[in-house]
Amino acid sequence: MSNYVAALGAKYIRVFQLIGRSGLFLISILNWGSGFKGPFSRLVKQVYHLGVLSLPIILVAGTFVGMVLALQGYYILSNYGSQEAVGQMVALSLLREFGPVVSALLFVGRAGSALTAEIGLMKTTEQLSAMEIMGVDPFQRIFSPRLWAGVVSLPLLTVLFSLLGIYGGAFVAVNMLGIYEGSYWSNMQQSVLFYDDVLKGVIKGVVFAFVCTWIALFHGWQAKPTSEGVSRATTATVVQGSLAVLGLDFILTAVMLGGF
Amino acid sequence: MQSKSIEMAVGLFVVAAMFGLLVLALNVSGLRIQGDDDVYYLYARFENSSGLSERAKVSLSGVVVGRVVDIRLDTQSYVSVVKMAIEKGVPLSMDTSASILTSGLLGEKYIGLSIGADEEYLLSGDVIEDTQSAIVLEELIGQFIFSKTSESP
Repeated sequence: MSNYVAALGAKYIRVFQLIGRSGLFLISILNWGSGFKGPFSRLVKQVYHLGVLSLPIILVAGTFVGMVLALQGYYILSNYGSQEAVGQMVALSLLREFGPVVSALLFVGRAGSALTAEIGLMKTTEQLSAMEIMGVDPFQRIFSPRLWAGVVSLPLLTVLFSLLGIYGGAFVAVNMLGIYEGSYWSNMQQSVLFYDDVLKGVIKGVVFAFVCTWIALFHGWQAKPTSEGVSRATTATVVQGSLAVLGLDFILTAVMLGGF
Repeated sequence: MQSKSIEMAVGLFVVAAMFGLLVLALNVSGLRIQGDDDVYYLYARFENSSGLSERAKVSLSGVVVGRVVDIRLDTQSYVSVVKMAIEKGVPLSMDTSASILTSGLLGEKYIGLSIGADEEYLLSGDVIEDTQSAIVLEELIGQFIFSKTSESP
């Protein structure tokens, strides 16, 4: 019995230890090093890997989400005879929720898992230790550019996701369902506010990017240096990253809508 | 050069996203960078402006000529004062009347202007005197029921 209690306690101590360690890890990777040119070119390279290479999946997903929203919205709204409001429904739901959340989920799956696997493998092949021995700080050299690249990339991807979604929705609503194009856009323009809807969605994207990249990097760094360890770390990144996005989304939405 | 093309792709990506944000701002949220030069402001006093909101359109013969900027209560006479921004190119005569209308049965409220015959035009900051308040459906129903019940005995 006392063994059981001790094991339970040890488990929770370990959880809190892990949270503390991830916090310290985050603090040590915030600093991207001195100078501008070197860190900046590393950042650009990572933006390419995390942002540009995620573009195809984000753009295709955005278009289809927008198209489906227009279809669904049309069938619901036509019950009330107000199918003209479909533009506003598509735009608001994309800008406020679907854009930030779905692109963050895709980002975790596409870029976060790749980050964890890359860093886990670097650790397994002892590249990180080799760097330390050479006097190069791996936090500044490897982790920090990746963190900031994530923070730069995901908001941009979010914007493109929402934009393509709105145009995909316009295509379905106007060309397939026969809604007058003018009322699609004018309804939208009347109800969408730049600060409250567009910018708040981008802010959500920034927060999600920060948390997702942090989780991905931390799991890579923590991974057991075996192939099984790396695969577990990748899974943990995707699971915890997705849950963090969904949980944080609720909190952010509640704060932004002023529900408290 | 490998790194050149990477930088190029990143640059394109960032520019495309910034352009996307601009399109979202202008085309989707209808953000207008509208200085005070393009509009002039008129006030209208309504007994009841229920349902009217900021950014509601102001239309003249079905054409949108402006927007509602501000709605506040005049605590002296307890009427609502609606501030409207009207496009510079639309001069309105002194005896223009304003009424709060509804687009469709359940649609949103907007302000409909109808032009008068006066030779003089309203200037920025003027008040439209001739106004008609919003129709509140509940009050109409209440009046209807009242008139029905009062005529039956």
